[in-house]
Amino acid sequence: MTARIDVENLTRRYGEATALAGVSLVVEAGEYCVLLGPSGCGKTTLLNILGGFADPSSGNLRIGGRDMVGVPAAARPTTTVFQDYALFPHMSLRDNVGFGLRMRGQGRETRNRRAEEMLALVGLAGAGDKRPSQLSGGQRQRVALARALAVEPDVLLLDEPLGALDLNLRRQMQEELKAIQRRVGATFVHVTHDQEEAMAIADRIVVMNKGLIEDEGAPERVYRRPKSRFAAAFLGEMNFVPAEIRGGRFMTALGDMGPAEAAGAVTLGIRPAHLRPGVGVPVEAVVREVMFQGIHRRIRVEAGGLELLAHLPLGIEAAPGHRVTLAVDTAEIVVLP
Amino acid sequence: MRRFAACAGYMVLIYGFIFLPVIVLVLFSFQDGRFPVPPLKGLTLRWHAEVLADADLRAALLNSLIVAVVSSLFALFFGFLAARALAHSGLRGAAAIRGALTAPLSVSYLVIGLGLLASFNMAGVGLSLWTVGIGHVVINLPLCFAICFAALGAGEVQAERAARDLGAGEWRVMALVTAPMIFPALLAAFLLSVTFSWDEFLIAFLLSRFEVTLPVEIWSLLRSGLNPKTNAVGSLVFLVSAIAFLAVELATKRRT
Repeated sequence: MTARIDVENLTRRYGEATALAGVSLVVEAGEYCVLLGPSGCGKTTLLNILGGFADPSSGNLRIGGRDMVGVPAAARPTTTVFQDYALFPHMSLRDNVGFGLRMRGQGRETRNRRAEEMLALVGLAGAGDKRPSQLSGGQRQRVALARALAVEPDVLLLDEPLGALDLNLRRQMQEELKAIQRRVGATFVHVTHDQEEAMAIADRIVVMNKGLIEDEGAPERVYRRPKSRFAAAFLGEMNFVPAEIRGGRFMTALGDMGPAEAAGAVTLGIRPAHLRPGVGVPVEAVVREVMFQGIHRRIRVEAGGLELLAHLPLGIEAAPGHRVTLAVDTAEIVVLP
Repeated sequence: MRRFAACAGYMVLIYGFIFLPVIVLVLFSFQDGRFPVPPLKGLTLRWHAEVLADADLRAALLNSLIVAVVSSLFALFFGFLAARALAHSGLRGAAAIRGALTAPLSVSYLVIGLGLLASFNMAGVGLSLWTVGIGHVVINLPLCFAICFAALGAGEVQAERAARDLGAGEWRVMALVTAPMIFPALLAAFLLSVTFSWDEFLIAFLLSRFEVTLPVEIWSLLRSGLNPKTNAVGSLVFLVSAIAFLAVELATKRRT
């Protein structure tokens, strides 16, 4: 029903190009893990290796404690929801969903019963006689999910499953995916380049870049205390402010940012949401650009010779050239190497 | 208006040029007389009846059907396998293999027939309907390969991946996913190959001995001179080809 995934030092090279440069990762049984990164970061390669669609150049992979290197996709306890759904166009939804059970030698009656159950689980009860061509994109996505879950895999792999859906539908599907994952209990590994999607559904986010893991952990931890500059910037906008540690304090162009434990030169990460009018270390800034964002204004400002992004609550007017007094919320500063 | 008349005239000429021989052949198969040449003396079904009463012709007709269907099934099977292998793998030299597979389309039937005849002689294989069938597989395989190859796209590759992911072995992937997905193309390839085999004379003539196919039997009939009976056989051959061709059209139109 569910299994832990152990990835040790996986590499994958395609000729000269390196898709995975040595990745180690543990995904606990029953976890919802999201692999996040820009295109070409290796997240899809890693998913393909988990599913058995690509072989690693070196390294180990165990699912539920069993060695998986060299095991074909058909023999793995994994199933996949493909990016373009890959439904069988010549079969009814019932036969699509029942296909995996058919391959496992289940009789038609069992298959059909299970297929109807799975279709009901994804909100398509009674649609078993339809063909994939009669469905909308969101519905096809649901069928692909039902088909992959029908065989009760230990691990469900999702390859950018929501990429083709519009924003509202995507949000709705995110909630449903999370709810379904809790209900079936399988380990989910979901690939996306959408950081909002990742934070919304993941138990564990794995931020990847250039074939390596930059950071991994609970979404809140990765967002609020990222371990690398790349992870910090990929999960949301971040101001990077060079700092020197003098007398046990962070000294920056914006002023004294509070006590420091380490020594030497570091970079401080400050999210725009933590650079706003209010409590904290005051920063005098000149507004350069104002962008209305609905819940607040996002402004580009200049302060201490740095160009920074900040947030202004809607009540405060600002225009390019205006001077504003902002404050850095020092509790939310991230110290990066 | 004059332009339209010119176009219409041109069209009538072209279609006449293409279809007049067929019309003449079919029309004079109903000739109530001993020679299939004008003037038309009256209409009779006598010659058709004679064809169907002729045991040699009936046997040849059956042989042709068997050879056409069986050789086309083999050509389709091998062509499908080759197309699938080349469409999916990132094989080095896939383009060269594809070229080598389709190149025989441009080789003359005479060369293929003589080559096979020489090869069968060397291998000590006696001529029979089997050797004719092998000859027809040789000429139809490139065609079946090309049609199947063109039909296989990214959609098929993705669906096959999904089938494997759900636990299907390669044979079941092919039988339950790939083949049904490109069924119209498979049917078209099969029927085209049946039509080509059905009409084919040269290879059938060179590679057969006692049991012959219909075109070879007609050829031996012709040696005793023109006769409305040959027209009647010709009409039957044409009828079968036309039906197969219409089936191809329907098969490719309906789903696309």
